Amino acid sequence: MATATNNHRKLRFHVLRYNPAQPNDTPRIQDYELEEAPGMTLFIALTEIREKQDPSLQFDFVCRAGICGSCGMMINGRPSLACRTVTKDLDADISLAPLPFFALIGDLSVDTGKWMRGMSEKLETWVHSMGEGRDFKRLEEAMDPALAEEVYELDRCIECGCCVASCGTARMRQDFVGAVGLNKMARFRLDPRDKRTDADFYELVGDDNGVFGCMSLLACHDVCPKNLPLQTQIAFLRRKMVVQGTKG
Amino acid sequence: MKIVYTDVLVIGGGLAGLRLAIGAKRRGHDAIILSLVPAKRSHSKAAQGGMQASLGNVAKGQGDTEDVHFEDTVRGSDWGADQDVVRMFVNTAPKAVRELAAWGVPWSRVRKGDRDVIINGQKVTITERDEAHGLIAQRDFGGTKKWRTRYAADGTGHSMINTVADQAIADAIPVHERKEALALIHDGSRCYGAVVRDLITGDISAYVATATAICTGGAGRVYRTTTNAVICEGIGHALALETGVSALGNMEAVQFHPTGIYPAGILVTEGCRGDGGLLKDVDGHRFMPDYEPEKKELASRDVVSRRMEEHIKKGKGHKSRFGEHIWLDITLLGEKHIHTNLREVWDICHYFLGVDPVKEMIPVRPAQHYTMGGVRTDATGQSPTLKGLFSAGEAACWDMHGFNRLGGNSVAETVVAGMIVGETIADYCDKLANTPTVPLGLVREFVEREQAKLAAFTKGGKEDASIIKGEMQDLMTGKVGIFRTGRDLEEAVDKLQKLLVRSRSIGLRSPSPGANPELVTAYRVQRMLKIALSIAYGAAVRTESRGAHFREDFPRRNDAEWLKRTLATWKSESDTLPTLAYEPLDVKRMELPPGWRGYGAKDYIDHPDTPERQKAVEAIRAQHANDRFAMQAALMPYEHLLPEVLRGRNERIDERF
Repeated sequence: MATATNNHRKLRFHVLRYNPAQPNDTPRIQDYELEEAPGMTLFIALTEIREKQDPSLQFDFVCRAGICGSCGMMINGRPSLACRTVTKDLDADISLAPLPFFALIGDLSVDTGKWMRGMSEKLETWVHSMGEGRDFKRLEEAMDPALAEEVYELDRCIECGCCVASCGTARMRQDFVGAVGLNKMARFRLDPRDKRTDADFYELVGDDNGVFGCMSLLACHDVCPKNLPLQTQIAFLRRKMVVQGTKG
Repeated sequence: MKIVYTDVLVIGGGLAGLRLAIGAKRRGHDAIILSLVPAKRSHSKAAQGGMQASLGNVAKGQGDTEDVHFEDTVRGSDWGADQDVVRMFVNTAPKAVRELAAWGVPWSRVRKGDRDVIINGQKVTITERDEAHGLIAQRDFGGTKKWRTRYAADGTGHSMINTVADQAIADAIPVHERKEALALIHDGSRCYGAVVRDLITGDISAYVATATAICTGGAGRVYRTTTNAVICEGIGHALALETGVSALGNMEAVQFHPTGIYPAGILVTEGCRGDGGLLKDVDGHRFMPDYEPEKKELASRDVVSRRMEEHIKKGKGHKSRFGEHIWLDITLLGEKHIHTNLREVWDICHYFLGVDPVKEMIPVRPAQHYTMGGVRTDATGQSPTLKGLFSAGEAACWDMHGFNRLGGNSVAETVVAGMIVGETIADYCDKLANTPTVPLGLVREFVEREQAKLAAFTKGGKEDASIIKGEMQDLMTGKVGIFRTGRDLEEAVDKLQKLLVRSRSIGLRSPSPGANPELVTAYRVQRMLKIALSIAYGAAVRTESRGAHFREDFPRRNDAEWLKRTLATWKSESDTLPTLAYEPLDVKRMELPPGWRGYGAKDYIDHPDTPERQKAVEAIRAQHANDRFAMQAALMPYEHLLPEVLRGRNERIDERF
């Protein structure tokens, strides 16, 4: 290990800093230098910068394994998960900024949680089972294995916010539910346990803040860290909602 | 002084806290959840592989019952578990799985007909029954007799917490995100809520409640190498400990997971081995059958982790630039299986190691994984020493895992404990006598005490919080790990005490307003050190080996002297060590008296009561050989401990009522 030290690159991080809690603070770019280490991720790099260089630097990591969705940020201008971004895949100059659209907490930390909760409340992102009381001592209801897998595929969203941060519509419409919201509607629409009909879903997403607000720029599809099939799901949902809307 | 009032204050927004809050709310009590992060980002999410419950739908799970699950769990615990609690758990787990199914978890389902699986390195064809088609499927996991682990591909915890968190939203339960409890408000006999810091603004407020529940998960981050998320710092444990009244049980019982990827420590699921993956050494030799001929790669986690380290010590590890490791080989499972059922594993290998597990082996080495110890409660989740305080999930020690937890039993525990303790806490709030008369002077005193502690960090102290934290983590991984000795443990206890003293002189370099991450590290590290000391000191005093607690200088399990639970309390703020006391386990009440686990070391020292109890148990078993329910009731009645709504037998394909 020690012998390789001389070959390690010097990484230069250019971080957008701003602390709204600090009176008179203004947004600025701050530079940090760090020696690269083998297997270094942005989680490791930012943690080291905070521990050794600047204890005030704000960012969010939780699982640091690409599954919790906490660490979405703009990495060289593109929304991505910082924890699973490996520095060796990047140039020595790395620019970091918080995700746009969401409320800023400070530096690289944004409040995705509050927005996601609002979206969930608005779209009622849970199984609506019409209140029948099941007896959980009894056998569970059977479900087609292939359908269960399809539902799981759409359930893989981690609500990181990358899709919304990359969305053209969201720039213009603060209330747009984003690919994250539309994908959830597609997920519950597919789930036979959810008794809602297309008429119900139309009430939730049949407008410009829902599926008709999407301009099909589809950056969401390109940046989704979980590779969710957002393009097909949004197109499919739009078709179903058009059918529903024209029934009218 | 800002005060928020509620019926139930739940500290922690993971699966246990969410399910507990839902239970209380549905019984008519308001609940507020405090969470360091948005609920869906909690560490519950990281449970990849599965949840244990004895449904017995798949062919390899046929014949599974609560009885088998009970025995697997008690053996896994190395007889450290409270057997009443294990019974309550195994009887509720099938109901929990089915409730989650109704709420929307996309559990993987059984497909009728033939399918190929890998068992013991060989391809085997299994035929699934027609009547099981579409029911919830099970896979194999370590330390279990039957295939019992249900799963949603390899995002089990992810799907579970998505579903339960959305259910909490449906029930309009507020989750106060980015809020951290700094201290419990109490008068030495009763808990009134908590002092809370806002992690965005830095503001301090008080939350006053009839009942307070600690559901904050594990304490893995006191170690350097851990699979735990960065928020798993044992802060909930510390809240209880710092009351001086509430005890922590069995903190020395720390689990190391065999397959953390090396060197990052990120978990790859036990499902890798459950589905047929093998552990190999530097020569490509599959070594586990040499040590554990019965269970091989699927012995319990403590045993597999020790065998791996033992094999590395024999010079059989692969030497990399970071150090030595073992190989996990899942190539034999094939591309399709890996890309569907083990996709998170593929992702992790791809993104963090640059390895394609379809073609290449995965470097792994055991990493800290689970905190068996926790806030001591009774079987209903209530603290026996601090009225109004409850705990559930990994943070609690009620105590279902004893000295080693089985894979798949932790996510199962979160929801099961949430269901049970949610009912208990509602019962508690129902009683008028339990509605507190709030001593506002006391609330204010606690708020001001916490404010003063935070202010002390800006008084020019010379110690750096990050450095102290790093030294603590190195000590824990280096000296309080998988193999322990009296000498190492004493050294660790001594040095941790010195770190604790130093932590009282931490000074901030950056006084920035708002969240201030440096301040967060400063106040947390003081608490983490108390948890680290509870682990290290408990381990130093326990001169035996049991489950995950392995002493090289005392390699045998010693039931005669150590069949008892460690209780750690922190009596005074000026102390540098916890005060230890012990609570014996009663062999005469055990449904499964202590014996050999079926894997691992075979020699142990019996408790004097064991032979007699064993005889009594055998007689009862013979008497009720035809009725497993009557047998169980005669051996160890427990159902009265369960809330009424959760009692009752579970239906199976092979067991209809």
